[in-house]
Amino acid sequence: MALLETRNLQAFYGDFQALYGIDSHVDTGETIAIIGANGAGKSTYLKAIAGLMPGSAGSVVFDGQPIGSHPAAAVMKLGIALVPEGRRLFPSLTIEENLLIGGDRRKLPGPWSLQRVYALFPILKERRSAATPTLSGGQQQMAAIGRALMSNPRLLLCDEISLGLAPIIIADIYAALPRIKAEGTSVVLVEQDIAQAMKVADRVYCFQEGRLSLAGRPRELTRDQIHRAYFGA
Amino acid sequence: MTGLLDALIQGVLLGGLYALFAAGLSLIFGVMRLVNLAHGDLIVLAAFVILVVAEKLGLDPFAAALVALPVLFAAGFALQYVLLNRTLGRDLLPPLLVTFGLSIIIQNGLLQLFSADSQRLRSGAIETASIALGGGIAIGVVPLLTLLGAVLVIVILNLIFYRTPLGRAFRATSDDLDVAQLMGIDIRRVFATAMGVAFTVIAIAALYLGLRANFDPTSGPARLLYAFEAVIIGGLGSFWGTLAGGIVLGLAQTIGARIDPEWQILSGHLAFLAVLVLRPRGLFPRAQD
Repeated sequence: MALLETRNLQAFYGDFQALYGIDSHVDTGETIAIIGANGAGKSTYLKAIAGLMPGSAGSVVFDGQPIGSHPAAAVMKLGIALVPEGRRLFPSLTIEENLLIGGDRRKLPGPWSLQRVYALFPILKERRSAATPTLSGGQQQMAAIGRALMSNPRLLLCDEISLGLAPIIIADIYAALPRIKAEGTSVVLVEQDIAQAMKVADRVYCFQEGRLSLAGRPRELTRDQIHRAYFGA
Repeated sequence: MTGLLDALIQGVLLGGLYALFAAGLSLIFGVMRLVNLAHGDLIVLAAFVILVVAEKLGLDPFAAALVALPVLFAAGFALQYVLLNRTLGRDLLPPLLVTFGLSIIIQNGLLQLFSADSQRLRSGAIETASIALGGGIAIGVVPLLTLLGAVLVIVILNLIFYRTPLGRAFRATSDDLDVAQLMGIDIRRVFATAMGVAFTVIAIAALYLGLRANFDPTSGPARLLYAFEAVIIGGLGSFWGTLAGGIVLGLAQTIGARIDPEWQILSGHLAFLAVLVLRPRGLFPRAQD
């Protein structure tokens, strides 16, 4: 059975419809990449799952339980963590406090703890007491991922974790993904960098103007298919 | 010389009371950006609650305040959860209007129940007790307890804010509402808890207000003004700044009163204006925002 399943998922910003009936599923342990142009609805899809899109319609079922109308705090407690676009660490909290708050409201036994997050991203341990705004973009991204892991989620949603970072930093961050996956965590990545996404994903969904335009395994998809799904015919 | 030293000491002690008025306001604004126009009236309301508890149960005001604390915490939690949470959003006007309305309701409700007579919390000998420092200077025990109470309240608030998961939730919620919810934080509960904590601070402020001075149902707005000035002088977002702001206000009023008794209130406002001109963000502003 799928860990997460969306059926006919629709989302709105006021009168503007951002998602038109998305059918998708994520199996346990799977890594899914969501690709698509700007404004295709990728981030909205993650936000709708995480409970940040009030008024969304259709069904979202997580582990057999409908969560479509749950507020974000309730979704998180069931085991879905979102790494938001732009990292959005809490500037008034130190790095260590940013990590701790990720686990304050969901203290379940699981693979992730402060020590394990520090082992995954050692630079965070060095800078644990630093004021958050003093960290580099890459360090902040690591902290944002660590913060999400601290709740020991069963499903990790990552929104544009490579955005605005140098290639060498992106490589560091992507190197952590297999280790997260190895703990059995399912991952959904929203990513503009198609090559990067294809490397780590088990399956790919491509969005175009709020609709699902392509689904498949990276190896089975041709460049041409992706090009058409991404940009339209 | 003795006169000046005495004014300084009394000013600092008075500042303790203003810091207590201000601490609750500072907390509420810091966590949820809510300017509570009923803050002064809530202090007066809490003073009446303590008065009633003291009279009905035959308790000393300190013991009565202790009894009233959990009741006021619950009242604050409920007020926020049921009423004020509904007013929070992008628009700043609804919470201002609702707390302004609350202020009117409290004042008139108290007038109806207790009449316009001034009241006072009676605590026997401690009210007039003082400690002689020599050189003709003496400090009252109640003013000293007020300042110590203010320092203790601020130490405890700092411990809550910077050493506990609840404090992390307060600060995170203040930083970013959406992401706070992604951390599993129920912001309605966090706001209600913050108001509950503010109400316990209000109860402590009310205790010392009632011990030091007369109060009546219309005393609230002036207390709000002092609290507001202390918060702004100290700089938003810092509890120690709020204490410093209270002390600056207390000093200005006491020194002004020594020059001419009519200048007491005016000097406080002038000090407030001077800080606004010279350091618009207050003496100890928070690093960001």
